[in-house]
Amino acid sequence: MDYETVIGLEIHVQLLTQSKMFCGCSTRFGAPPNTQTCPVCLGLPGALPVINRRAVELGLRAALVLHCTVHPTSQFHRKNYYYPDLPKNYQISQYQYLEHPPLATDGYLEIEVDGQRRRVGIRRVHLEEDTGKLVHPEEGNVSWVDYNRSGVPLMEIVTYPDLRSPQEARAFLLKLRQVLQYAEVSTGRMEEGTLRCDANVSLRRPGEPLGVRTEVKNMNSIRSVERALAYEVARQRELLERGEAVVQETRHWDERRGVTFASRSKEEAEDYRYFPEPDLVPVEVTPEWLEEVRRGVPELPDARRDRIMAQYALGRYDAELLVQTRATADFFEAAVAAHPSPKAIANWMLGEVSAYLNEHNLEIEQLRITPAQLAELVRLVEDGTISGRIAKDVIAEMLQTGDSPRSIVDRQGLVQISDEAALRETVEAVIQDNPGPVRDVLAGKEKAVAFLVGQVMRRTQGRANPALVQRLLRERLGLLGG
Amino acid sequence: MRITPEVVERVARLSRLELSAEERATFAWQLSSILEYFARLDRLATEGVEPTSHAIRVANVFRDDEVTPSLPVEEVVAMAPQAHEGFVVVPRVLEAEE
Ligand SMILES: [Zn+2]
Repeated sequence: MDYETVIGLEIHVQLLTQSKMFCGCSTRFGAPPNTQTCPVCLGLPGALPVINRRAVELGLRAALVLHCTVHPTSQFHRKNYYYPDLPKNYQISQYQYLEHPPLATDGYLEIEVDGQRRRVGIRRVHLEEDTGKLVHPEEGNVSWVDYNRSGVPLMEIVTYPDLRSPQEARAFLLKLRQVLQYAEVSTGRMEEGTLRCDANVSLRRPGEPLGVRTEVKNMNSIRSVERALAYEVARQRELLERGEAVVQETRHWDERRGVTFASRSKEEAEDYRYFPEPDLVPVEVTPEWLEEVRRGVPELPDARRDRIMAQYALGRYDAELLVQTRATADFFEAAVAAHPSPKAIANWMLGEVSAYLNEHNLEIEQLRITPAQLAELVRLVEDGTISGRIAKDVIAEMLQTGDSPRSIVDRQGLVQISDEAALRETVEAVIQDNPGPVRDVLAGKEKAVAFLVGQVMRRTQGRANPALVQRLLRERLGLLGG
Repeated sequence: MRITPEVVERVARLSRLELSAEERATFAWQLSSILEYFARLDRLATEGVEPTSHAIRVANVFRDDEVTPSLPVEEVVAMAPQAHEGFVVVPRVLEAEE
């Protein structure tokens, strides 16, 4: 008999702020260890936290985008535990505690899997601070701590257990990341840790109560979330089919070996002794403030897709692909602003550029070419400077080197030959060397014309203007007007 | 509850604080009187009284999202018992074990 997969996600998102949640230290990524700390984020006695207004507004923005109910009053709490990456011995977070709700609850995000639209419920959205980072050197029985991340603003998003497959979990994360990037809430980069995801997984017979779940951690890309969940679902299924029980535990994903394994974790069997943070006063969100936040939400993916379709007369399919990431949509619109040929620019982006990105596993932000250079390439084709065939070679070179199309065309002598006298000579030579096909043409076989055009193109390394070659050939063979 | 100098010593050790015998005696007395005060609060009837987390009705105290100078890293690591190339060094902790 079959089992139903039940997955819920817990996502931590770093909010796009300059400074930390409760102090003015920078949130810049990649700084040398412990260079972005102060008495507040080091938890020195007497230091007092003050809430970053921008972080609250970004949390509210996310809550709105996720269709959540924003609570008029919310409160920060202390989550107490001991670990070397936590200098205060408590983390400031928001907790459903007594009468205090978190920032926002009960929303949804719509995903599309196999053409089916589904709403995935959001249980809550709350604000908290990040902890420091531990490094475990090979040598010596020690660990190293860097507190630069301590106090960095995080938003935790918890879903209802609404996801029914690893593919749905992946689709949800892609959509969430897209929406948060568009809303400028977070950069959403799992590789930099600005988006992290833990998952609760269980299996059950359809219609029965939820089964025993495991929590899977340590997944470092959206792809690895899907792989880890697929592994964990298969593992639980095997246990259940053998008549064994699933143990409620935390399991770590091992990317290299492709397995999850049970781990002793700092969070097991802990009592966090939550209580209201006495150093912080409540956050009160008035309807006016919320309205102001709502007005500040940038254009979201669906709205941008619709606008791109209308403004540039593109089809839904193309527009959908162009808004996949905000950076892609920005690139497209910048190129169109430089040269208003939206259809041609979209074709290059969804064709050659996208194939290049896939092949090299790159993001559009890592492209060497600029939107203006792509626009220039389109212009060179349109004004007849180069042929469409040559343009494919030029863009390959542009993507490799980042050089401008004009300089590649000049350097490699790729300018299209539209000089009639020069082309006539080549046409003549091709006719002399191919008596067979010429006979075919004269006998009325149209296909043979294409063959002869191809021969001229080959002899000019693709630089001949094909329309002109066609006309010259027909003229020479007396086929014009016939 | 009475706090003895021995309890103070234990808590001080856990908190990595070094106290003199005189300080241990002082803190034992001060901590005891604090606990006695809270014991008095324990005896009050609080049914029907709403929990209070703040004594004053103030909300929305914020700062702007502006970067201010951090401490020099030398000053930060000087507070740690042990440091290495800017990192604070602690006894080995393992996050995940098989
Ligand atoms: Zn700080």
